[in-house]
Order: sequence, then C-alpha cells, then structure tokens
Amino acid sequence: MANKKKKLLQGNGACVEGAIYSGMTFYAGYPITPSTEIAEGCARLLPKMGGRFIQMEDEIASIAAIIGASVTGRKALTGTSGPGYSLMQESIGYAYMTETPIVIINVQRGGPSTGLPTKVGQADTMQARWGTHGDYNAIAIAPSTVGECLTETIRAFNLAERFRTPVTVLLDEVMGHMREIIEVPEKGDHEVFNRVKPTASHEEFEAFEMTENLVSPMASYGDGYRYNVTGLTHDTRGFSTNRTDESIQKLDKLFYKIENYKDEIFKSRVELVEDADVVFISYGTVSRAALQAMQIARKAGAKVGSIQLYTIWPFDYDMIKKATANCKTVVVAEMNMGQICHEVKKVLDPSKKLETVQRYDGEIITPMELLEKLEEVL
Amino acid sequence: MATAEKQKSDVMLDYLIPQKKFPSVWCPGCGNGIVMGAFIRAVDKLEYDRNDIAMVSGIGCTSRMPVYLDFNSLHTMHGRALAFATGVKFAQPKMKVVVITGDGDALAIGGNHFIHACRRNIDITCILINNHTYGMTGGQGSPTTPSDAISTTTPFGNVEKHFDPCDLAKSAGASYVARGTVYHYPQLEKIITAALEHKGFSLVEVISNCHTYYGRLNKKGDAPAMLDMFKDLSVTKAKAKNMEQEELENKFVIGKMHEDNVKTEFCDEYKKIIDKQKG
Repeated sequence: MANKKKKLLQGNGACVEGAIYSGMTFYAGYPITPSTEIAEGCARLLPKMGGRFIQMEDEIASIAAIIGASVTGRKALTGTSGPGYSLMQESIGYAYMTETPIVIINVQRGGPSTGLPTKVGQADTMQARWGTHGDYNAIAIAPSTVGECLTETIRAFNLAERFRTPVTVLLDEVMGHMREIIEVPEKGDHEVFNRVKPTASHEEFEAFEMTENLVSPMASYGDGYRYNVTGLTHDTRGFSTNRTDESIQKLDKLFYKIENYKDEIFKSRVELVEDADVVFISYGTVSRAALQAMQIARKAGAKVGSIQLYTIWPFDYDMIKKATANCKTVVVAEMNMGQICHEVKKVLDPSKKLETVQRYDGEIITPMELLEKLEEVL
Repeated sequence: MATAEKQKSDVMLDYLIPQKKFPSVWCPGCGNGIVMGAFIRAVDKLEYDRNDIAMVSGIGCTSRMPVYLDFNSLHTMHGRALAFATGVKFAQPKMKVVVITGDGDALAIGGNHFIHACRRNIDITCILINNHTYGMTGGQGSPTTPSDAISTTTPFGNVEKHFDPCDLAKSAGASYVARGTVYHYPQLEKIITAALEHKGFSLVEVISNCHTYYGRLNKKGDAPAMLDMFKDLSVTKAKAKNMEQEELENKFVIGKMHEDNVKTEFCDEYKKIIDKQKG
C-alpha cells in the first residue's frame, strides 16, 4: 500500500476534513469555545472548493441556515458547544420533523449554562437523545481519536443522508483540541452516501411518501418538484394535518426509519470481555483511558475488558447485555454526573455490580483513576 | 404565462396548490388574501419560473401563505424565516427567495434575524404584513401595537412604544424599503413588483387588518371599516415631506421609503471570494 498523506490535526480540524471528504459544501455557525476551529477551518477551506461559509447572528440562525441549505440539496454542517446546542434544539426538532439531513458537531464543555467553557465534559449525552420536544428517534456518535473525528464525521454525514435526519457528533474539549497525526484518506477509501433523489414524475411525486424503508427520496429546491416543507405534523404530500391516522403514520415514520435499521447504525469496540471479571463501558475521550487501564490491568494479570461506544444513540442494549454476560462488575466511566450508566442499568443483569467513575470538574478521567477503581472492585 | 386575456381570477387559481384542502386558515375579510393576490400577480407579471421561487415563512396567520401557493415552500419556525431563507439563498443563489412574515414573527422573536438579513443586504424580498397584533394566538400585543391600544395582553392599554419596521430596515442596511396598505391595492402590487426586481434585501411592509382581534378589541369595526381607516390614515411619501412630525403621529406614510442600487449584495460578494480562492 502506498504511503498515505499524513497531517497533524486537532480533532476539530479533522471533523472539517471529514465533512469536506463527505461532500459538505455549506457551513453556518457562530463562534463558541471549544468548537470555533471548526468554523474557522470551514471559513478558510470552503471557498477554495466553491463551497459556502457564513457566520450567522446566533446558533438558532446557524442551524436554520444549514437546514435551508440542505433543502436545496447541499450537505450542510454546523459546529457548536453546550449553550449553542441548547439554542439549536427547537430547530433540530424541525429537522427531525421535516426529515432534513444535517450534521451538528457538539464539542462538549462543562455545564450547565456557561459552565466551564474551556474545560471538558460529556454532559450533553442525554440532550443529544432528548434535547428537543416531542417524540422522535435520534442518532448521535462519539469519536475518541483525531483520526476517528475524521472518519466518524464521514459516518455522520452518511447516516444523515441515508436516513434523512439530523445527526450529532459528540466531541469534547479534549477531543476537539488534541492534536494527533492522522492519515488523510483518498477518494474511494471511505464510502460516501448521497441522499436518494426522486424518480417519480412531478405529478406523482409525494415529498414524504411511505417507502419500504420509510425514507422518502428527497427533492432539492429548484429541481422542479415543488413541494411544501413544514414543521407541522404533515401528510405524505407535506401538507399539515390534524388527522389521527396521519399523525401516527408520520411519527412512526420518524421513529421506525431509524429503529428498523439500528443494527446498521450501531458501532462499538468490544475488547476482551469473554473472560473479564470487570468490564469498562465508555465513549469519546474517556475510552482512551479505559483502553489503557485495561491493558495495564491485563499485564498485571487482572481480567478486565472494555466496551467503547461509537454510536451512542440509538443505544445498543443487546450488545451491552451480551458483552457483560460473563463479567461480575461493570464500570461505566463518563465525564458527567451519570447519564449512560442509566442506560446500562436498564439491561444489566441484576446479579452484576454496576460501578461508575464520574468526573464533572472539567478534568478528564485518567487511566490511573480507572485503575484505582479496579483495585477497589477486584 | 402572463397573457393579456387572462382573467384576474384565473391568475390566482393558476398559482394556488390544487391538492391543498381549502378554505384557508384566514378569517373572512383578512388582509392576507389581498397581499397574496398582489404577490401572485407581481410574480405572474414578472414571468418568473415558479420552480426557482422559494417562499419561506415562520409561524403566524401570515406565515401560512406559502402553504397555499405552488412554489417551493418552506414553512419554518416562529421568527426564523429569514435565517432559513438566508441558507436557501446563499446555498442556491439562482433561486428567488421571498419571505412572508408578520409583525410578531419578524420583529419580536425574529428581530435579530431581521436586522442581520438587512445588514447583509442578501438578495431576499421580505413581505411583512403588519396587522399590529398576534392573530393566530388570539390578539396579543406585538412590537407594532400602537401605544395605548388594547390587546389581550395589554387589557388596560399598551404602555410600550412600537417599532417602525421601515425605519428599522433602512437603518439596519436594507437597500429597498417600501410601505403599502391592503386598501391601496394598485400601489401594493407595484411596490411588491419593484421589491422582487430589486437586487439586495428588500422590505415591503403592508399595513393590514386583523378585524377579528385588533379591530374588535379597539373598536375599529369590520374589515371594510378598517380598510377605510387605512385610506384615511395614509399619507404619501411626497406629501409627508411637507408635514410636521406631530401631524404624522398615528399616520401611515406609504410608498417607497428607501432605495440604494449601489450597495453590494452578499451572495455576489461571496462569489468574488470563491472565484479568487478557487484561482
């Protein structure tokens, strides 16, 4: 294999590279620490390839602009952090309802409110699932290396385009700012999925038709398929409805188009769980510490395994159940006061002990802390 | 499709979406229908390809208009129409992007997007139907409700001052600003046409009637009575020039308020960056 081009990049920069690799040509955003390098990278790179960058007046405007851009057929991105992600929630709901593919990168910091802007946190994990009002199904993914920031951003765009839905990439301050040398992929190295376009005649076209996989082909504004897009509950033609049967059909469509294909959305890294007494469960930056702690413990003769979640939502309950079947203790490590540990608890066999390592002081969880926890539970 | 023989009513029917179940959500006599008629006839006269028209709106009675029309219609969130429209226009500059909005939608919850769309001078036409109240939610006070006026949230009279949307747009950087009323129909069609043809951000404020709430609460009478009131209270721009500020109190100055054809437009300027950076 020929030597790949290498680059020293921050996580935020790798997300930009991944988005551009995916064919993203539209970015709208608002400056916020620790995500701003994503906007700056897009401002610099997009015009060079004919793309468009705009700094909007706030995060609400930013996400509205990318939804507008997506409706015209462009792949569109925004990047933000906690306060901005909160402001975007109503519009994320609009994107769910209108089935508009967009990608949001949330570089998490300490919260609530302004919190710890320059420090690390993972406390928006539940917000990525339940942030906007109403019923819907969410996709959120979390990389743990700079290289994965690139590849997971590509995956985020593929999922957004395939399922016509917003996708959140959950980074954290450390992930966004850490620099690593990564391989720059060439064309063809990664699959790039583009939204399915309609083939129906203009007369027969239904913008939100019920298809076998529940994802309707998406026409772009200007293509000649003139149709209505609304945040109101709507029928298959996009017209608002109060009918109970049509309301159920719409909400089921939003939920099951993801639920029915969740096996293809799940992604995790499961290591050495077969004989493990203790299994770590983690995601994002914390997974680096968990893997290292596992290796150190194994060298010392302790039977430790690790589950790293790349796909946070939808949550892979079956995998957790299976991968923890042989262990005695599960240690969920996350940089919040306990979010994913509650999902784990839902499926964990009552005979197993559930332990947690949590930090919400703006500092990362270290391998040392996890090893200390191991000493306590082993 | 414009033909001299075409009846006025035919033009309307030609642009209404056939599948949508009518009647509309608007009360009988609502000024929104008059504005919709003026907009349709302006578009028809200009012979725009309707595939290239994106009509973007927020939430409120006025914002339902795109839903009835045969364009690319984006019915969005309360206050955010101009932000969505900015995305549509910037992503696909060949599209003619029209925002239809109300006084609460554009100036209260959407006030920030309003001034920034003006500031960018992005090529969007914004038709702001000002009926001085929140109609859809039942007659609450808005940023254009006059002082002392009664609304369901100002039951003892409005103690706040109101915005002048035209002044606001002009000072924020819009390059075409005009005001009409639903009484002065021929002028309304003319200024909407001019706004659509203008390159840059254009605002058309239309003084309209919500007789159901604003009219009833303030004893302004039914729809025809309110239209007569607009006739009596309107002063042309030319005439207003020679009037004292006090005389213009509670009057509507109508006509073209501002036009700047020199100011650069946002998408054009960005295109220059692209051309230079792509090399």
